[in-house]
Amino acid sequence: MSSSKVNIIRFVLNDEPVEVLVPPTEILLNTLRERVNVKSIRYGCGEGSCGACTVLVDGKPRLSCLTLTISVDGRDVTTVEGLSKDGELHPIQKAFIEHNAAQCGYCTPGFILLLKALLDRNPNPSRDEVIDSLSSNLCRCTGYKNILEAAMSVVRRR
Amino acid sequence: MMELSTIGKPVPNFYAQSHATGQTQYVDDVSFPGMLWAKAFRSPVPRGRIKRIDYQKALNVPGVVSVLTSKDVPNNLTVDLFMIGVGPPDEPVLAEEYVNYIGEPICLVVAKDQYAAQKGAERIEADIEELEPLLDPEEALRPGAPIIKSWGHNAFIYGSGTDGATPPGGQGRPYFQVKRGDVERAFQSADHVIKGEYVMHPQEHAPIETHVCVAKPEPDGRLTIYSSSQAPYFVRSNVANVLKMQESKIRVISLNVGGGFGGKVDPDIEQLTALAALKTNRPVKWRWTREEEFTVSTVRAGTKVYLEDAVSRDGLILGRKGRLIHDAGAYSKTSPYGVIKATVNLSGPYRIPSAYYQGYCVYTNKQPSSAMRGYGAYESTFAVELHMERIAKSIGIDSWEFRFKNAYRRGDVSVTGKVMEDAYLIEVMKEAARLANLRLPEHLLLMSSER
Ligand code: FES
Ligand code: FES
Repeated sequence: MSSSKVNIIRFVLNDEPVEVLVPPTEILLNTLRERVNVKSIRYGCGEGSCGACTVLVDGKPRLSCLTLTISVDGRDVTTVEGLSKDGELHPIQKAFIEHNAAQCGYCTPGFILLLKALLDRNPNPSRDEVIDSLSSNLCRCTGYKNILEAAMSVVRRR
Repeated sequence: MMELSTIGKPVPNFYAQSHATGQTQYVDDVSFPGMLWAKAFRSPVPRGRIKRIDYQKALNVPGVVSVLTSKDVPNNLTVDLFMIGVGPPDEPVLAEEYVNYIGEPICLVVAKDQYAAQKGAERIEADIEELEPLLDPEEALRPGAPIIKSWGHNAFIYGSGTDGATPPGGQGRPYFQVKRGDVERAFQSADHVIKGEYVMHPQEHAPIETHVCVAKPEPDGRLTIYSSSQAPYFVRSNVANVLKMQESKIRVISLNVGGGFGGKVDPDIEQLTALAALKTNRPVKWRWTREEEFTVSTVRAGTKVYLEDAVSRDGLILGRKGRLIHDAGAYSKTSPYGVIKATVNLSGPYRIPSAYYQGYCVYTNKQPSSAMRGYGAYESTFAVELHMERIAKSIGIDSWEFRFKNAYRRGDVSVTGKVMEDAYLIEVMKEAARLANLRLPEHLLLMSSER
């Protein structure tokens, strides 16, 4: 956004400190994709209806297309890049692979983050709670069945 | 049954790992230093005559590099299927004198970033005289309807060699025609005549990744196009055609498609992004908004089908008349071909010894329709299967029984004269009933597709 006023914003992204110069109206989706080069969060609608741009802010799911970058100053931001540790995939990622829960893959990081937020908060959710927490995001390819199966397999393994 | 090693077994998605780690690359991830962004100024009205376009204020927006109009397009008038002989070209890449649907691109603003491009597009002023729009394809076929096509008819002309399916020089008609046997005689000898009317609404593909394209001029005069298209060769031919470039100078790189479902076949975004890259000599990116995805990307055509069947006392179809009206929207795209597919499929998978079908590809002042998952066959199937149910009900026969009776058997001849060497509908229906825990009567279970 062409604006003369820019702010220095500092936050933690996947355990690494980040510092960016952004105009006050810039959304987190654009900051992460264009300034920090995190490509796993994706533009699907820009208006809060699809969830392809989901990130975790202090562990809670947020739509980065509706989040001003200045509002994450001092916060903890997680994207799917922050889930695997030392080359070892997170159990949710493994479950998505095992259950073929991704077809085109565009929506996948968003779903994985939603599920992580849910399981961190409630390690033993019911099937209905899982459905409820995933219902904010859209997938147009898989028909949701495999996504739900992947999710429930992680719940059962706990 | 023989044990199959591959069929029926899940195969892991090649990309599963990169999808789950967010590493899959889509066109939106492609970026080059100095890359510009494009944004279209679009028609606010469904039908109108452009009297004046003022884009000076757009050029004054800081960051706006260029505003392109139809005069910048080397070959502005096109039709997506030109390479299989479909014509005449009816769609301007950028609107000239007339606009024919809400959202039709008129100018393309190219700017240093998406914000400046957006602001530039908002500053463009257009004086457009609104004309009465054609919104209903059946209205468009009535005598006296305003004509929106250069050839003097609101339907595509088939049969004279410009439909990609018939030899040149034939008699042109505003519908595609399929004829077999003596259908009038079938109707005279029928015990029942059953009519039906079936309407299917348009459908949007709504992929989660909207249309997106990056075009980059190379130092040697070539052009590289990063495209979310499902049809890279189709894109290359069409871009070459509108830019009057050699195909060999264009390289199309098709990255992962974030959902397409047929909606990412038509080359609209690639043509204009490529033009912008050539005109500015800079890499250019264009990503459609969700609103554009819904309002200007193609849809599955809204379709109306009239069917009328001649049926014997013992439940055999003797003949069928069909009339299919396909709403192409403002421009041809791939509709002329889709209508051929729809029309020949009006028999469904059934043995219909005599038939007369007409398929109309009709233009209206709406966003164009085009490919989507089995288009043509899908719309016909919807109508045909509802009609089969209706016939069964009205002659008092079970609809499974009715379908078994009329299913293609090996050696039957289709409406286009094709001998069915591999008919399996009866076997498929038996298996479907089994999976649905439905007990079919013994005499149906004894049937097979063998003659
Ligand atoms: S891009 Fe943020 S919800 Fe769709
Ligand atoms: S896998 Fe394509 S949108 Fe979900």
